[in-house]
Amino acid sequence: MHSKSFDHYVPVTAQPIKIVVLGPFAVGKTTFVSTVSEIQPMHTEERMTHAGQLIDNLDDLRGKTTTTVAMDFGRLTLSQNIVLYLFGAPGQPRFRSMVRSLMEGALGGLVLLDTRRIAESFDAIDQLEDAALPYTVAVNTFDSAPCYREEDLRDSLDIPAHRPLVTLDARHLSSAKQGLISLVNHILDRSRMEHAR
Amino acid sequence: MTSPRHRRAGMVRSHTATEGNGTLALGRLDDAALLIADPHRPRTGLTAHAQRVMDLCQPGVLSVSEVAYHLQLPGAVVKVIVSRLINSGHLTARAPFVPAGHYSEDVLLEVLRALQKL
Repeated sequence: MHSKSFDHYVPVTAQPIKIVVLGPFAVGKTTFVSTVSEIQPMHTEERMTHAGQLIDNLDDLRGKTTTTVAMDFGRLTLSQNIVLYLFGAPGQPRFRSMVRSLMEGALGGLVLLDTRRIAESFDAIDQLEDAALPYTVAVNTFDSAPCYREEDLRDSLDIPAHRPLVTLDARHLSSAKQGLISLVNHILDRSRMEHAR
Repeated sequence: MTSPRHRRAGMVRSHTATEGNGTLALGRLDDAALLIADPHRPRTGLTAHAQRVMDLCQPGVLSVSEVAYHLQLPGAVVKVIVSRLINSGHLTARAPFVPAGHYSEDVLLEVLRALQKL
């Protein structure tokens, strides 16, 4: 984390860009957002109400009518012209509607992956594929987690060769930023390809 | 007007904060949209929550999500209040950049350079 005070505003000339950080529970989304953010990362809990339950089941009101969704949110002023907003959201299917709305207007996505629980990142990948949003898969290294060769990981995740796959440590800025650099490079390649057509 | 104590205690229901109107005045307001306040627009007649949004946005530029966080209001409620303030000309919103056309390459390169310098 760099300078940490929320009360400074972004440059008046800034254009916002948005990147979503997806992945399963405890994969390091909060850590990633905290490492990159210049402000105290904001942890919001959005209550998603299930209106139907209120009507259908009045006996069971105690805390059951709402589901709490945790979302991480950070900011990084890149220049006078650009301010990056990072949104970390859970990738489980039940959070789909929230993630879908976050993905609208996003530049791209970063999927975090823990090699001990590879399959748990599939949902996040599917959601980005469905939204046709460019994304990078980033293996967040944990000390106790097994190391696989890149081609084995690509195989098991079914990631094609043109899709970037990086390894990073979400705790350190110099490493964490590689995930974002890889994503932006990928988007740049895509945009160049579209122009060449 | 609601006392600040009641607001803090969460006693203002969402439908009160939005004046009973949950319909977004605008098509879509992004969580990352930046809000720019017009300092010359008179603020008489604004609701307490709208005044708080203006107080926060007057000194500088912040995103919709930051406003929601600082005012401790749900994102959906803030979007309704902000949309109304956009319609009345108190705020303008700058939507997040998405690549389109040649111009996008310059922006992406600038993002890349800034990230590499970190």
